[in-house]
Amino acid sequence: MSDLFNEVTVFSVISLAAIGSVAAVVLFFVAQKFRVIEDPRIDVVEDLLPGANCGGCGLAGCRALAEAIVKKESLEGFSCPPGGSEVMQEIAEALGMEAGEQVPMIAVVRCNGSREFAPPKVRYEGAMTCAFAHSLFAGEGGCPYGCLGCGDCVRACDFEAMYMDEKTGLPVILDDKCVACQACVKECPRDIIEMRKKGKKDRRIFVSCINEEKGGVARKNCKVACIGCGKCKECKFDAITLENNLAYIDYNKCTLCRKCPPVCPTNAIHELNFPPRKPKADKEKNQAGA
Amino acid sequence: MKTFAIGGVHPPENKLAEKQAIEALPLPRKVAIPLSQHLGAPAVPVVAKGDKVQTGQLIAKGEAFISANIHASVSGSVAKIDSIIDASGYRKKAVIINVEGDEWVEGIDRDETLIKDISMDAEEIIKRIHDHGIVGLGGATFPSHVKLKVPKGKTAEYLIINGVECEPCLTSDHRLMLEKGEELMVGISIQMKALGVDKAIIGVENNKPDAISHLKKLSSSWDGISVEALEVKYPQGAEKQLIRAVTGREVPSGKLPIEVGCVVHNVGTAFAVYEAVQKNKPLIERVVTVSGSSLKKPSNWMVRIGTPVQELIDAAGGLPEDTGKVVNGGPMMGKALNDLNAPVAKGTSGILLFTNAETPRPPLQNCMRCAKCLTVCPMGLEPYLLAILADKQRPDDCEEERIMDCMECGSCHYICPSGRPLLDQVRVGKNMTGRMIRERSN
Repeated sequence: MSDLFNEVTVFSVISLAAIGSVAAVVLFFVAQKFRVIEDPRIDVVEDLLPGANCGGCGLAGCRALAEAIVKKESLEGFSCPPGGSEVMQEIAEALGMEAGEQVPMIAVVRCNGSREFAPPKVRYEGAMTCAFAHSLFAGEGGCPYGCLGCGDCVRACDFEAMYMDEKTGLPVILDDKCVACQACVKECPRDIIEMRKKGKKDRRIFVSCINEEKGGVARKNCKVACIGCGKCKECKFDAITLENNLAYIDYNKCTLCRKCPPVCPTNAIHELNFPPRKPKADKEKNQAGA
Repeated sequence: MKTFAIGGVHPPENKLAEKQAIEALPLPRKVAIPLSQHLGAPAVPVVAKGDKVQTGQLIAKGEAFISANIHASVSGSVAKIDSIIDASGYRKKAVIINVEGDEWVEGIDRDETLIKDISMDAEEIIKRIHDHGIVGLGGATFPSHVKLKVPKGKTAEYLIINGVECEPCLTSDHRLMLEKGEELMVGISIQMKALGVDKAIIGVENNKPDAISHLKKLSSSWDGISVEALEVKYPQGAEKQLIRAVTGREVPSGKLPIEVGCVVHNVGTAFAVYEAVQKNKPLIERVVTVSGSSLKKPSNWMVRIGTPVQELIDAAGGLPEDTGKVVNGGPMMGKALNDLNAPVAKGTSGILLFTNAETPRPPLQNCMRCAKCLTVCPMGLEPYLLAILADKQRPDDCEEERIMDCMECGSCHYICPSGRPLLDQVRVGKNMTGRMIRERSN
């Protein structure tokens, strides 16, 4: 009995050891042949990134950005909107590169055609997606450039940084939550949402309209449309251009001097997060008006 | 009785105006003639503000290969060339003419006598159809001269004339077949000559027995023209379905009817061809049905192109107070208008008024996988799946599921017991997929 047991044990141990060593040799050569060389720095960079996979950098997620950075051996042209300059700085230190200055950006809705200013003329009852409504008609208010109000942008936002204002029917962007990933910019079928410089203390001045129709036509549908009158073109810093009946403020040239918003006859130029204007200035304006 | 092979629905017919003879609508005071009333590139205007024009005068030239000429439908002076809200709901360029009198261009025969002898040869016929801006009047408005030129290496065997009028409510083609039967026969013979075919089949659905017997009687004295009565089923008026119903041939996916030796034209187009070739009259008017359950006088009108829809409704007894929606085209494929001043264009076959009670969509419920949309799809697609793929933004999968074969007949949307907006979603998917295909080929 014990002899037999010994014999089986010895046989098993020897045969398994033989198979194991043969397999080990085969595996060694296979591993040599099919070896995948991956830069270990990719993992380092990926760990530093926020891991939101938002696509805001323009690449398919954080891993893809990490691979692209390591491959290019430079941080030039890359940015991580949710992480901001801090993350880029950390990556730069880890890789021994230099990080460029990253300007914080934010999404801006350039339409103010609320139910009050652009009253609906027809009622839409099709599928509640902007993509579809856009292919059907100009919009309930009649402006072919304006917000359709179906909320595709809000659904595209992964950071809960947007909501539809029930009263106006327009999307609102929350300054503290927007990470400038551009998902809403890509989603909007009418290109209403634009990425703009976040500005000092989150202050921004922009033309809240993209209507290129002639002034009279635009005004017929919406009280707060840019009519292309050119009154705002007096800008000292050449930040305002007028093209196709539409004013545009270049955020790189704008110094946030607040001269243009009061000039606009249709209140199409918006200023955000500024302290209220001094009542004195209002008084003067009223007197001049009277 | 013949019909197409798969799918199809049978909505209530509601052909309220089928007994109403075609009447000529009085001239409007002002017309707005859109420069893009056809499939393809918009026409380029050849008149300017202040010009005097006569009825039938060329006002815009279709210069691209797929485009069509546009003629003044009234006489008067050009007020301006400006953008107006057309039936698409967007602003489009149009020539706006203030009507003054009714002077016609010399050379247009306005006499009603029938001219049977066809004196032109094929090339002249096609040139005349091109010059006179004839497009498919069934609704798709594809320029007719392009369809009549058979591409090299292909041969046409049948000319199929679409008198199906499968859309509920519409009666314009029905009336045309009854009242202009003889002209239709000449028009069909002209098209046969242009194509070089010796067989033409008029397909008519069996809910128009008077039209079938009338055309059968007439066609017996015309060589090669026959009439085929078809089972009543929507969307039989679609090109591929009609070919399948009449000849039993299947047009392959993504191919044109000429692939199986067929060319399809609408009865309205055949009549317009008759007028252009025999009477030298450009396409400046068409038959439009105005109908609706609460409308005083559902009727059929011969309307000049560019007439505001409002005038048409006024002629039919005015806009009823309980109107919830005004639709341009048939109830299945038509589109709600958002401005009653939109002009009647070459493709406007009907103006339908629905009451507030008829318009609302059914409440939206979840898909219960009943597969009704699959059974009714005449192209054999899976609408519920296409809708999901479109919603998930997967154009490559949409393409694989043949989304581009969808002709937007709306049968799936109509049948869905859960009230899901299937066609809306499929259209979004088609847009997306079409964009992807174009980008790929660039």
